[in-house]
Amino acid sequence: MRDIAIVAFAQSDHLRRTDECSEVEMVMPVLHSVLAQTGLKTSDIGFTCSGSSDYLAGRAFSFTMTLDGVGAWPPISESHVEMDGAWALYEAWVKLLTGEADTALVYSYGKSSPGSVRDVLTRQLDPYYVAPLWPDSVALAALQAQALIDAGETDEPALAGVATRSRGDAADNPHAQLPGARPQGDYLVRPLRTGDCPPIGDGAVAVVLAAGDRARDLCERPAWIRGMDHRIEAHSLGVRDLTDSPSARLAAERAGAFERPVDTAELHAPFTSQEVVLRKALRLGDDVRVNPSGGALAANPVMAAGLIRLGEAAARIQRGESDRALAHATSGPCLQQNLVAVLEGEAQ
Amino acid sequence: MTAAPSPEVLRAPLVVEFPFTRSLGPVQSAFLTGLRERTVLGVRTGDGTVLVPPVEYDPATADEIRDLVEVAPTGTVTTWAWEASPRRGQPLTTPFAWVLVKLDGADTALLHVLDAPGPGAVHSGQRVRIRWAAERTGAITDIACFEPYESEGDGDGGSGAAPGTAAPAHSGLFDDLVTGITAPARLDYVYSPGRAQSDYINALADRKTVGERCPSCAKVYVPPRGACPTCGVATTDRVEVGPAGTLTTYCIVNIKARGLDIEVPYVYGHIALDGAGLALHGRIGGIPYDQVRMGLRVEPVWTEGARFPDHYRPTGEPDADYDTYKELI
Ligand SMILES: [Zn+2]
Repeated sequence: MRDIAIVAFAQSDHLRRTDECSEVEMVMPVLHSVLAQTGLKTSDIGFTCSGSSDYLAGRAFSFTMTLDGVGAWPPISESHVEMDGAWALYEAWVKLLTGEADTALVYSYGKSSPGSVRDVLTRQLDPYYVAPLWPDSVALAALQAQALIDAGETDEPALAGVATRSRGDAADNPHAQLPGARPQGDYLVRPLRTGDCPPIGDGAVAVVLAAGDRARDLCERPAWIRGMDHRIEAHSLGVRDLTDSPSARLAAERAGAFERPVDTAELHAPFTSQEVVLRKALRLGDDVRVNPSGGALAANPVMAAGLIRLGEAAARIQRGESDRALAHATSGPCLQQNLVAVLEGEAQ
Repeated sequence: MTAAPSPEVLRAPLVVEFPFTRSLGPVQSAFLTGLRERTVLGVRTGDGTVLVPPVEYDPATADEIRDLVEVAPTGTVTTWAWEASPRRGQPLTTPFAWVLVKLDGADTALLHVLDAPGPGAVHSGQRVRIRWAAERTGAITDIACFEPYESEGDGDGGSGAAPGTAAPAHSGLFDDLVTGITAPARLDYVYSPGRAQSDYINALADRKTVGERCPSCAKVYVPPRGACPTCGVATTDRVEVGPAGTLTTYCIVNIKARGLDIEVPYVYGHIALDGAGLALHGRIGGIPYDQVRMGLRVEPVWTEGARFPDHYRPTGEPDADYDTYKELI
């Protein structure tokens, strides 16, 4: 297999609303940033892949608008996933593994501000038995949180601790929407309080992947992707054990996460209770630095937050603050789908 | 050329609403018809697990499964969450609990809601029963909600499996099977087109057409979207174009669109406004349809109060030379 690395990463400032920016206006600065970091021009990029959701935009084929930001003329090799950008990165990784391209530009974006994201996300649920009840994303996460509490896996003070630690770490993240610890607040959907839930906001992210020596040329310390895998669980919540995430564990195993310990984990856990599930499923000990960026509790631009986890983990390796990191992205209710990547830097 | 002024960004409500019409397979059809008849059906997998709500394929093995069984309308809460502020479309308008309920005879749980006076009246392990909707159509909402059910053993469990007994088989046959559902979906947005398009629309209110020039290739985009798709850079230099332009290509429309107040045949064309780097489209009027030609010089016609030109009409100038617009077709 070819060695492939993340060689550049940029994200927008994540804001509650960005009315002054169309999607392309929001995406362009991060695209320009990763190109500038690598010195690549758009015409140098072998493959471009993006992630987004028409349901957030309320418009069909909304991603085509952002193609204006990548310089799609003359024609480029391009693809799109109606998923978090982490899955676009997976597609780009596979493309590079085939040898059909040596570099890839991956980006994703989400503007939750035009609609009600809690309502919008109900439309991804089983349309026969579940969506007609309009259970929103917070309610479903709250069912999972209560299951964890009933199982003795956590309690409300412990969840509050996750929130405080995450947002405290986000104080060092200039892009975070909620930097610094803040009150847990009232129940949103009990047992989850406002503090247990992610902020709603808009944001964009881009990364550049490169293979082999090309990666070494473009980046001083590339974040090599040692393995990556994604898995899904049954659609019906009532079939699953909500206190566990067997799909995350299997993805991690297939990505090689358990072969050697990691020092850092960027987990896509929009709700405090989901970090509890993931720490157990991914066998992360207390010595692993979890979400030094602040994670999704500090900024959760839907469709971008997972790719940001991969970017943050890679940036930590590039800065020499990590040698082996696990990056995780999720999609769907209650951690239904999970992607795990293992990133490594060469010996310093 | 002027730098873009501080924008007045436009916002407008956008409602996306449509009924999803979905057909049901044999298992979902039996389940939803059963709800209409106050009967709850599950499906038994190869290893004997009873799934409620039922699906057509075993989530573990992907084997096709069709063995329907009847379970009880009573069950046990496996987890719950308290919704203090019900949202549009949810089953109850007063505060309620979301619940996963394992019905008696089932091995998996059904998501629904529980009518309870407050969070203190809900707990995992709680016994509940179905409250049926008065009007039932063959939908998950035929279950109005669950309600607490403490009176064990009084024989009021209805048909289906009692706790601790195997669920009896069911044929799944009912008169007048429900074979499809219509699921209305409505999402409300407040759409904002961003800076570049807001500038364009605001200028139209003054009957001016503004584009934006790419700083890299100098092409003038109209309407502007804020980026040059060729160079992938922001287009920030605002340029007024037109009002006149050249018809670069056109078609003759012979079929009347529903709700459109224009007599056929009419002409729809691409118009390169003077100074613009690409053509926009509009209707051509003020000239018989069979006299319209490429290269025709046209100008916008505004109607009172309109926010965009109603159509374009000939200016009377000589036709433009092909070489002046061939790159804009
Ligand atoms: Zn250009």
